[in-house]
Amino acid sequence: MIEVKNVTKSFDGKTILHNIDAKFYAGKTNLIIGQSGSGKTVLMKSIVGLVRPEEGQILYNGRDVMQMNQMQIKDLRKEIGMLFQGSALFDYETVLGNVMFPLVMFTDMPQKEMRERALFCLERVNLKGADKKYPSELSGGMQKRVAIARAIALNPKYLFCDEPNSGLDPKTSILIDELLHDITEEYQMTTIINTHDMNSVLGIGENIIFINKGHKEWVGDKSQIYSADNQALNDFVFATDLFQKVKDYVSKNQ
Amino acid sequence: MTIKSSIETFGKYCLFIKRVFTIPDRWAVFFKRTVLEITKLGVDSIPLVLIIAIFIGAVIAIQMQLNIMSPLIPAYSVGLATREIVLLEFSSSILGLILAGKVGSNIASEIGTMRVTEQIDALEIMGVNSSNFLVLPKIIAFLIFMPVLVIFCMVTSLFGGYLVAIFTDLFPASRYIYGIQTMFNEWYVWYALIKSLVFSFIITSVAAYFGYYVKGGALQVGKASTNAVVSSSILILLLDVVLTKLLLQ
Repeated sequence: MIEVKNVTKSFDGKTILHNIDAKFYAGKTNLIIGQSGSGKTVLMKSIVGLVRPEEGQILYNGRDVMQMNQMQIKDLRKEIGMLFQGSALFDYETVLGNVMFPLVMFTDMPQKEMRERALFCLERVNLKGADKKYPSELSGGMQKRVAIARAIALNPKYLFCDEPNSGLDPKTSILIDELLHDITEEYQMTTIINTHDMNSVLGIGENIIFINKGHKEWVGDKSQIYSADNQALNDFVFATDLFQKVKDYVSKNQ
Repeated sequence: MTIKSSIETFGKYCLFIKRVFTIPDRWAVFFKRTVLEITKLGVDSIPLVLIIAIFIGAVIAIQMQLNIMSPLIPAYSVGLATREIVLLEFSSSILGLILAGKVGSNIASEIGTMRVTEQIDALEIMGVNSSNFLVLPKIIAFLIFMPVLVIFCMVTSLFGGYLVAIFTDLFPASRYIYGIQTMFNEWYVWYALIKSLVFSFIITSVAAYFGYYVKGGALQVGKASTNAVVSSSILILLLDVVLTKLLLQ
């Protein structure tokens, strides 16, 4: 479990996160949602350690990241997998090279074993046979799946996903969501997904944290979101006619 | 304000270099990457160096002949002057400026693109020291190969002058050969090689620094690439003066 306590972060005198408290559970898909510029990416980067908050605590199973030295942070990062918005695959490596990269850097596995593990991860994300291709030869959805395979190669305890559906068509988005949900359940990882995709929110949101203008405004799951009385949340989630109709339908049938 | 920001930039550069010069996480990966960088930064620069060197060598020889044409000056002076210019300045400093353009922009744009596409963040998240992983192999590779390029440049430039003697009747080839052998000072070769080592470090580290701290998108990567070339060129010229004073006086 990851716990965030009273986290505050400012940039150039402007406060982006105001005393954020949140809990992210193992084996669940935890979603951080909010409008563009609401501070959700800063929150995720703070949790991962790419940004250092001015105040607060970030606890990984009780271990406070803010109190850790460089070596401890380095060790912790071996337990973290991250899926970036743009996939962040290494252009100079093949798909197999990308997935093998964390294994090469952090394990003493023989080459054959590393290769088998990487191929297993690729098979797990339904990318069998793509191992010899380069990232530039893949579609956006395939790149995301390679990034997921790379993120899970070391069996991480924590998986972070920054806008995993951005730039993908709805069908591929659903595939990625299902994959993330299944992997989280299967490996009992603490998965945190940063998104503003409403299909994801209503599809895999088991623990949703809504951030608005740097403040945490609502916490709940996908079934509770239909009855939430937070105006900003309703304006954000049910902004389109389609989702408003879905809400009305669900409300009538509850 | 400019002085303050220059000092800040220099401080940031020093901290960056401190992070670069740490022990690699995996020696095998480091050696593999260094060999790849030798190919990419060094071996791939050979054609450019050879082409430039042969033409500049030829031009220097022609200009020497045209400017020192006098019955009082011996014919072998063309070879001697060409050799001195090539050894003392062209093969190290001018070559350094040329490679600052080719290699420097290559490094700055490559690392800058990795920054804006979050590949560097991905390395950091995995617990890899990204500056050490990406930059140290480039610096070591170019330090190893730059002297090789300098030697190629020296030989090819002198050969360019020889071709002028062969294909024109400006000066006799035998006098040119005699000129490049006469009053030879071996230290000038060492002087060029020492300068090339310093310049290779400047080219790679400055370009990597500008690429590593890019913020924004493709436009900023282009700007970083330009800044890297301009800054390393100025530093090369500045250090050329300092090293010449230290090594030749």
